[in-house]
Amino acid sequence: MYKILKNESIGEKIFLLEVEAPLVVKNALPGQFVIVMSKDDSERIPLTIYDYNKETSVLSMIYQVVGSSTLELSKMHDELFSVAGPLGKPSEVVTNIEKYKGKKIIMIGGGVGIAPVYPQAKYFTSHGLDVDIIYGAKNKDLLIILDKLQSVCNNLTVVTDDGSNGKKGLVTDALKEKHDYDLCIVMGSTIMMKFVCNLTKELNIKTIASMNPIMVDGTGMCGACRLLVNNEVKFACVDGPEFDGHLVDFDAAIKRMNLYKDEEGRRYLKDLEGETHSGGCGNCGDK
Amino acid sequence: MDEKIEMRNLDPERRSHTFEEVALGYSDEEALKEANRCLQCMNPRCVKECPVNIEIPKFIKAIREKKLEEAYNIILESSSLPAICGRVCPQEKQCEKMCIKGLKGDAIAIGSLERYVADYALEHKLNVSKVKSKIGKKVAIVGSGPSGLTCAGELLKEGIDVTIYESLHKAGGVLTYGIPEFRLPKKIVENEINLLKDMGADIILNAVIGKTITLEELENTYDAVYLATGAGLPKFLGIPNENANGVFSANEVLTRINLMGSYEEDAKTPIKKGNKALVIGGGNVAMDAARSLKRVGYDVTIVYRRTMEELPARKMEIEHAKEEGITFELLRNPKEVIIDENYNVKGLNVSLMELTDVDESGRRGVKEIPDKVEEISCDTIVVALGTMPNPIATENSDIVTDDYGLIPVTESVTNNSRVYAGGDAVTGAATVILAMEAGKKAAKQIIADIK
Repeated sequence: MYKILKNESIGEKIFLLEVEAPLVVKNALPGQFVIVMSKDDSERIPLTIYDYNKETSVLSMIYQVVGSSTLELSKMHDELFSVAGPLGKPSEVVTNIEKYKGKKIIMIGGGVGIAPVYPQAKYFTSHGLDVDIIYGAKNKDLLIILDKLQSVCNNLTVVTDDGSNGKKGLVTDALKEKHDYDLCIVMGSTIMMKFVCNLTKELNIKTIASMNPIMVDGTGMCGACRLLVNNEVKFACVDGPEFDGHLVDFDAAIKRMNLYKDEEGRRYLKDLEGETHSGGCGNCGDK
Repeated sequence: MDEKIEMRNLDPERRSHTFEEVALGYSDEEALKEANRCLQCMNPRCVKECPVNIEIPKFIKAIREKKLEEAYNIILESSSLPAICGRVCPQEKQCEKMCIKGLKGDAIAIGSLERYVADYALEHKLNVSKVKSKIGKKVAIVGSGPSGLTCAGELLKEGIDVTIYESLHKAGGVLTYGIPEFRLPKKIVENEINLLKDMGADIILNAVIGKTITLEELENTYDAVYLATGAGLPKFLGIPNENANGVFSANEVLTRINLMGSYEEDAKTPIKKGNKALVIGGGNVAMDAARSLKRVGYDVTIVYRRTMEELPARKMEIEHAKEEGITFELLRNPKEVIIDENYNVKGLNVSLMELTDVDESGRRGVKEIPDKVEEISCDTIVVALGTMPNPIATENSDIVTDDYGLIPVTESVTNNSRVYAGGDAVTGAATVILAMEAGKKAAKQIIADIK
């Protein structure tokens, strides 16, 4: 069991979760993720690491309630049944930090995808790299950790879809305005990453995308998370989660994300509305 | 006629939609009858063929004398997981194959008798493993599958402290995530694991060696490390569109169903509910995946490139699969996954095959008949073509692996004299009993080396 120190809302449906996880924290590096289970019968949820403290053994994650399992997680307050990790490979920049000295890095985070941007930016900045951040969200209610981000980069550009905070526009608009970078690292929804990668290809900026497909075990055992990268099958959990964004087949990845939409949607509605749910979801039909 | 007493099975119709155990085991009377068939050979061939050399005639004699506790102790001297082996060992290819009675009729049902004794022991809580006083040595075991558990049992008996590291949230390895409930009830596995805990084993879950803790860290903390990491990495087909929605590894299907319990009504981890599944492959894992999918409501067909004669799965599993309504498309080799505009599977193109002569492996070879391709429609394809060792534990360490990812060993020792390895990680995907044998051998070597 893993003691929960904090599990609180920090934005609309967005939660900050802090647990005591000494074994996970000990070897964690930016770019890696964990798999958490709320209870012994819960789904295994992959979450990117937001922060970790090697002195206090505190592991922090930020997640959005998007379905039944994250809804359950948001209601946990004492202990989590399991936290496994750190999983996946650390960021290529972390393992080749010298190579990137003197290079200009732009990190782009969309939605809660901004959370894993933070530990990387923090690591890079503390190792003397030159980092800017573009942060995009739908509206101001969804913006989180702004102060933290400000503290780990040179320039933070915030854009919102509706202009309720920062500039109105998309992350790609912000990148078009200023793009004298040597490396782009993008994290967020698969569709957003696709558009960023299309743009950086045009702009000739090397881009790393942090993929977040469906996973089960997170250790290479099931292959649920497989992606096409340069037309080869790769497992996001062990070969990634970060890949060359110009080689990832995003269209296939987006379609794979939809695989359990029906099952998950049904369950989420049931959890939200209980047995009183009586149609309207487009799923329950006359079955 | 001197026919063997067959174990009773759950009715095929009923079992094709539940996960209850299929084989029901012997009654006392049936066991006694079967035990009485044994010739009690002076020079028993069955014992030699058992990978762990269980004293088979001796334990059968004890059953005849109704001394079941004694029978259990005899088995335990050689095997630490009898309730599991009694269920999943391929006895027909080992001990039972050598039985003299089999020459002119039915071999003794050794596996069924082993299971009978082990179940009696579980029911009567006969935990008899004696632990010697501690000798002040400690060993780390990586992986809690059959090989790791067996090695742990042997070390604990000698008074050595054991810590088992498991990457998942539940111990048991393939016994837990792989072999389905209807063939090996999880309470049997849990029970065997609890016995080890009672003997003093410390099991650390969610510890992915190579990530959470490095192999080097283990080496620095323990007197020896045993790698029993199994063969958990699934192979895929290498054909067009194999990433489409609806193509799964058998590992994924089995993990969702067995480990995550997704067949249960209110399961939080979903299993995709399609209509028609093709399972590619002919081994035990293919049968397990096919029979599991049948139970969650699929119409299931096994696609295999040779014929029924060459199917590598156990006869009993094939028979059970057929009884449950699973069909076979033989002499068919997958060529291309057919998809719709949404990337969903809608069929599989297969080449028609023909058998050729026996090759060096002793099996009939097989080749494609030119230009003969047909489409089999389906919405789900499950790939059960075998697994490879998972490299996570060894990839950032000094442990050498070969081109197949297997760990070469000499007398259970890897290229690093304090790191031992065994089971599927060394041999490639094999059976539970062979993994146990490797665990037992490694334990002997470790004891000799560190004492």
